[in-house]
Amino acid sequence: MELTLWTYEGPPHVGAIRIAASMRDVHLVLHAPQGDTYADLLFTMIEREGRRPPVTWTTFQARDLGSSTAEMVIETLKGACDRYQPQVLLVAESCTGELIQDQPGALAKGAGLSAPIIPIEMAAYTRKENWGASETFYQLVRGLLAAKAPKPGEEQPLRPADQPPSVNLIGPTKLGFRCRDDVIEIRRLLESMGVRVNVVAPLDATPHDLLRIPEADANVNLAPEVGELTCDWLKRQFKQPTISSVPLGWGATRDFIAEVIDTLGLDIDPDAVGESRLPWYSRSVDSTYLTGKRVFIFADGTHALAAARMARDEMGFEVVGLGTYSRERARDVRALATEYGLEALITDDYLAVERAVTELQPELVLGTQMERHIAKRLGIPCAVISTPAHVQDYPARYSPQMGFEGTNVIFDTWVHPLIMGLEEHLLTMFRDDFEFNDGAVPSHLGGEGGGGAQQPDNVTPMISPEPGAVAWAVSAEKELRKIPFFVRGKARRNTEHFAQEQGLSVIDVETLYEAKAHFSR
Amino acid sequence: MSQVIARADADTLPEVTTERGERAVFCGLTSIIWLHRRIQDAFFLVVGSRTCAHLLQSAAGVMIFAEPRFATAILGERDLAGMADCHEELDRVVSELLARRPDIRRLFLVGSCPSEVIKLDLANAAARLQGVHENRLRISAFSGSGIETTFTQGEDQCLASMVPDLPAAPEGAQRLMVVGTLADIIEEQFRRHFAQLGIVDVDFFPAARADDLPPVGPGTRVLLAQPYLSDTVTALCKRGAKLVSAPYPLGIEGTLAWFQAAAAEWGHSAETVHEALAIPMARAQKSLAKVRESLQGRTIHFLPDSQLELPLARFLRDECGMSLTEVATPFLDQTLMSEELRRLGRDVSLVEGSDLDSALARVRNHRPDLTVCGMGIANPLEAEGLRTKWSIELVFTPIQGFDQVADLAGLFARPLARERQLEVGSWS
Ligand code: SF4
Repeated sequence: MELTLWTYEGPPHVGAIRIAASMRDVHLVLHAPQGDTYADLLFTMIEREGRRPPVTWTTFQARDLGSSTAEMVIETLKGACDRYQPQVLLVAESCTGELIQDQPGALAKGAGLSAPIIPIEMAAYTRKENWGASETFYQLVRGLLAAKAPKPGEEQPLRPADQPPSVNLIGPTKLGFRCRDDVIEIRRLLESMGVRVNVVAPLDATPHDLLRIPEADANVNLAPEVGELTCDWLKRQFKQPTISSVPLGWGATRDFIAEVIDTLGLDIDPDAVGESRLPWYSRSVDSTYLTGKRVFIFADGTHALAAARMARDEMGFEVVGLGTYSRERARDVRALATEYGLEALITDDYLAVERAVTELQPELVLGTQMERHIAKRLGIPCAVISTPAHVQDYPARYSPQMGFEGTNVIFDTWVHPLIMGLEEHLLTMFRDDFEFNDGAVPSHLGGEGGGGAQQPDNVTPMISPEPGAVAWAVSAEKELRKIPFFVRGKARRNTEHFAQEQGLSVIDVETLYEAKAHFSR
Repeated sequence: MSQVIARADADTLPEVTTERGERAVFCGLTSIIWLHRRIQDAFFLVVGSRTCAHLLQSAAGVMIFAEPRFATAILGERDLAGMADCHEELDRVVSELLARRPDIRRLFLVGSCPSEVIKLDLANAAARLQGVHENRLRISAFSGSGIETTFTQGEDQCLASMVPDLPAAPEGAQRLMVVGTLADIIEEQFRRHFAQLGIVDVDFFPAARADDLPPVGPGTRVLLAQPYLSDTVTALCKRGAKLVSAPYPLGIEGTLAWFQAAAAEWGHSAETVHEALAIPMARAQKSLAKVRESLQGRTIHFLPDSQLELPLARFLRDECGMSLTEVATPFLDQTLMSEELRRLGRDVSLVEGSDLDSALARVRNHRPDLTVCGMGIANPLEAEGLRTKWSIELVFTPIQGFDQVADLAGLFARPLARERQLEVGSWS
């Protein structure tokens, strides 16, 4: 039994719904009670989908238990088949369905339905959403393609010489982070290299499209949380190599280009493929103030790994915390953290993440919507880089994360919540000026990112000393107020730490400056 | 699948059609979101699955509160394997929780589908834990499971679970108990109105503090502020209370009749009440008149969701001039709804239960100006060019009483005003 306030991932059947909702001509029947239908709103509200996810729920009630739930499954399956005429019908159960053991997959097979059936086992009590998505997609691809795999000794037919090389983009889904735009961006990138995109799946694919997957030369593992299992299987069965560099960030996009060239044996100059503005923006003098900004990163595995590399190597930040809720990716994240001299935070306990952020007092948090709320409470600037995300992270504008345009978008997104270099400088110089009082918010910060700066008072209770700890002399308190508000929380905290370490009971002006000297880097 | 089951009073009451089939309503756990805001020192611990936790955060709009006063104890494989372990684990989780939250005065263990299917006895667990944490707080249990309850029925189960804890009222004294969660601001307004009527012995249940338990006994007159409280009413009546039959305090007429029904128990005539409340009523009429224009003559359709459908339909038809294409509700308690049914009359197409696809087919057929529905369905209907109003907003917004009448009408007027204003095409 695990005490949970907020969860990073939903249950595995939500992952199954993500696959069905991403595709066309697939329908999912879920054996589940009525309350589970809340999952519809994830798609229709958060991602503003204009259609209900293609899911029919049995919505059994207590009075059906022990007598008619199995019949409900069959009736629901038949109804869904008749009404939606899917190319493939997926069958799964939610946590409660699993407990009543009707085995809807077996029932479906025996029901004489017109559509091909693919049952999915969900393991609701051990697994989570991304696993559910990965497993559903894998079962679907395997179910459709297993019979087409070349027999041992047989060769996969070669691509005709007059056809351009092609790849599949595997893994993007609905409710993924910016998948819609990443697919567009990566397709453009590949096409500029003379590479055709054969199938994108699951996003917008039909089961018929999946049947064409083996025709490509390679698979791009674009969203490993969802696609890796399938890419591995395709590699084994169809000898299709996997391109596994995820083009998130400038260096990673270059790695991706190199890997595509290498895998497909292309004869092109990797440096001529495209360019991003990030390198110059990062080198331009205004960005000097970004140097050594202390960032905390927590996301799904893929985005956490990519963000860490970008933060250190491409933005010049200092990564002070790195973690993920994706246990499947724990090994990679741990390895990278070690390389950065950190201990990775692998958890899905939001309170543990909050503790870490409170402890580290970073200057920027890169995370999910959970971290956005944590950061907001602590008055720390934040940018969202990964699911789970909220409605504002599914923007109307074109806003990819991947490829060169993605690095441009990310540069802007991360810099925006920080105080602009010049402005920070001015704030320090003119801190006693009436216009630079606590209420004055940097001119470019109207929204979310400025939340912390706008509400310094909310921060105070979080960082005020424990009862019985050190007190502030009036003079020191006054001096503290002269410190710009955006670093005041940290200064207060550091000074209190320092005073406690020194065994002082009252902080005066001297203590404040002693502490400043002590902590200055 | 539908059939006509009830025609209680052939001449005046609506026919009720029941439907069985796919439902698209949240489960009772959803009630926790407004209950925990109302009872400010209570904590709701759901014993369930990751799905239950995910439902709560999705329905709550995700993370609107820093550290909420609700949480889920997620059952794992080990808990399913052995009941003994499961109880031990629950004890551990509760101790952990109480150590973190010393401010909590009442803990509700909330049952879910998984806990019910494995027959985890939470009432028993609550009694055991009460023994351990005696004098510190009260612990009780109720079910919010989707196999037993829909959406607002979670509140019914919660309140019913508290009824045994209510102190016995002294013999003879007559007191009014207003039952059902209301916003603080509405409670204050209502107290003022009752005072104007000379009724001062008024309790609100649930109260803002968990320890403020109203007394109950034969002198108690129960006046429902919310229509979905069947089990709570039954439990209160078992303790001697008497239910005051009234419509619900939505709209001017509903609110007036609600006060009149209560005041009648104190021997006040309907006219006296009318006079005493003339000022807020006039104010309400004035502010409603402005909003009414945009609703007048428009059609509205209710998909089954919050159980507020009947009183809302009555208000929108009688006071705002809308016409009703269909009023569906997940569950219809004929007793608690008797005054609403009487007012709705015969010409209403009333549906109890749900069969989602045929219900949606009827919406498409009628193409009403406005459809009141759950959040999962709203955007898909909008994409078909239909205007919608999410019913969940109706349980989070203060809508009862005279001074909220225009706000209530405004909730329905806004999507229509938006349609008139926008010059961009609908998405589909
Ligand atoms: S319907 Fe049941 S399993 Fe689903 S969220 Fe509600 S209580 Fe939990």
